[in-house]
Amino acid sequence: MSPQHHGTTAPQHHGTLPPDDAIIHVSDLVKKFGSFVANDHLTFDVKRGEIFGFLGANGAGKTTAIRILCGLSYPTSGELLVAGYNVYTQREKIKKNIGYMSQKFSLYDDLTVFENIRFYAAIYGLSKKEIYHRAGNLMKKLELEEARNKLIREIPLGWKQKLAFSVAIIHDPKIVFLDEPTGGVDPITRRQFWDMIYEAARSGITVFVTTHYMDEAEYCDRVCIMVDGRIAALDTPMDLRETFHAKTMNDVFLKLARAKTPEGI
Amino acid sequence: MRRFWGFVVKEFLHIFRDYRTLLILFGIPAVQLILFGFVITNEIKDARFAVLDLSMDETTRQLTEKIVSSGYFQLDRNLHTYDEIDEAFCEGDIRLVVVFEPDFARRLEKEKVAHVQLIGDASDPNSASILVSYASGILNNYLLSMNSEAIPLQIHPETRMMYNQELKGVFMFVPGLMAMLLMLISALMTSLSITREKELGTMELLLASPLKPLQIVLGKVFPYVFLAFIDACIIILLGWSVFGVPIRGSVGLLLFESFLFISMALSLGILISCITNSQQLAMMISLVALMLPTILLSGFIFPIENMPKILQWFCHIMPPKYFITIIKSIMLMGNGLYFIWKETLILFGFTLFFILLSIKKFKIRLTSS
Repeated sequence: MSPQHHGTTAPQHHGTLPPDDAIIHVSDLVKKFGSFVANDHLTFDVKRGEIFGFLGANGAGKTTAIRILCGLSYPTSGELLVAGYNVYTQREKIKKNIGYMSQKFSLYDDLTVFENIRFYAAIYGLSKKEIYHRAGNLMKKLELEEARNKLIREIPLGWKQKLAFSVAIIHDPKIVFLDEPTGGVDPITRRQFWDMIYEAARSGITVFVTTHYMDEAEYCDRVCIMVDGRIAALDTPMDLRETFHAKTMNDVFLKLARAKTPEGI
Repeated sequence: MRRFWGFVVKEFLHIFRDYRTLLILFGIPAVQLILFGFVITNEIKDARFAVLDLSMDETTRQLTEKIVSSGYFQLDRNLHTYDEIDEAFCEGDIRLVVVFEPDFARRLEKEKVAHVQLIGDASDPNSASILVSYASGILNNYLLSMNSEAIPLQIHPETRMMYNQELKGVFMFVPGLMAMLLMLISALMTSLSITREKELGTMELLLASPLKPLQIVLGKVFPYVFLAFIDACIIILLGWSVFGVPIRGSVGLLLFESFLFISMALSLGILISCITNSQQLAMMISLVALMLPTILLSGFIFPIENMPKILQWFCHIMPPKYFITIIKSIMLMGNGLYFIWKETLILFGFTLFFILLSIKKFKIRLTSS
């Protein structure tokens, strides 16, 4: 791997060339845990500015893939470019250009709202002035100004989740990775949360989101459905419904999942 | 650097917000020290002893007086024959018998060698060995003060196995306690604080941020270096002001060695948190695998020399043992680096070993998770 594989300059590798508008390029990604194959030859591109959904049942390999893209885990093989940087050799650069929000909302219970914001802004290298400026805007937007000095453990779950998302994009990353961000939240809060995702996408941030809620798939620009570590389908929700003659994404998913199950079961 | 300090600030907030941690950090050292201090000093104050003086000359009289005036011993009775020794012990109050051989002063004068026998009550072996070593220390001091060129006094072989020059103070417990508490604070607290991030899932977030793993670990460790250092100072100060434990050697060296030991314990804490994912497990490992050996196998309470060979081998791989040796050497004997460079190097080696092992474990975790 030569280090000059970045940006949209055509790298001289033997895999597929990333299209110009691809901000994430994955070619032949394999991740094995011993003999278990968690990601089985995944190949896909994520376009700049889109909301890219990664769907699948628990254990289908979604989290494994997202962790590799965020540099939290090494791939076994495959070629990966994230924000134009090589996953093997330029992880530090990748980390500066991405935001990450995991299933657990990852705020510190014993710190206040403001302290949490300040902390995440600081570890992404924002200046003190910038931190106060953005934290102020953020709290105004989320109507959290009065809760500024409240401990996180004292505020409701819905707020925590919105705050966690806002904090994940406080440094204006090129891509934000959301790993099942809506787990355990009621439908109304989920809907509000998706409004925030749209807003982020409109401001130019590419959103890579994993979920196992099929209704959320409808909100994505394109959806990649994983079954047993492989990509079973990848298209816009509308085209997927058409291809599989299904009314909802849930039906699409069930058809795909059943097709993979051995006959007679 | 800005990232790093942002992280350190957060770590301090965690600590100061949790008053229980603070209590552990600063309450325990003070309480432990005072507890241990008074228990141990009470034990050797006014121990009753008997003298069997077969010489009855000026020197033996002076020596007896020295022992009495040391404050550790109280003369219970004078014996006249060997047969009375057993009887004296059996009556219960006596914990030590000092026997001066006949013609003690004359032999000392002419042959430069005279014999004293110290007989301890080994039904309580620890205090017996402490008393014997106190007494022999006092005798040696006296003879040194007589300015003889050669040290004329030989301790009788029967008591020699208990003879331990280094036990010469009431101050054994300060180095031991320091080792124990620094180990507790450093290893336990860091391993807890790192595994807590793992449990909360925030570790993922930190690793996905531009913070380098090394910065995360250093940021975690930094507050505890600072706090453990304050603790070390509290212990030394309390030991000095309440119990009069001297600092005969260089304070700078003492602090440097404490710093080294703290680093060692911290790297051990990092290692523990690399191999565990839950706070509970980290706590179990720290307490059972670190605290007990520190107390039992470091020579803090039980003398290593009296242990079976196998356990002695275990003692040699206990880092606190070396720290205790170092601290005793600096505080009580006033030695410089020249006398303790070997122990210092060993502590340094332990630190390096634990750090390298942690890095290796951490890399394995990245490829296999």
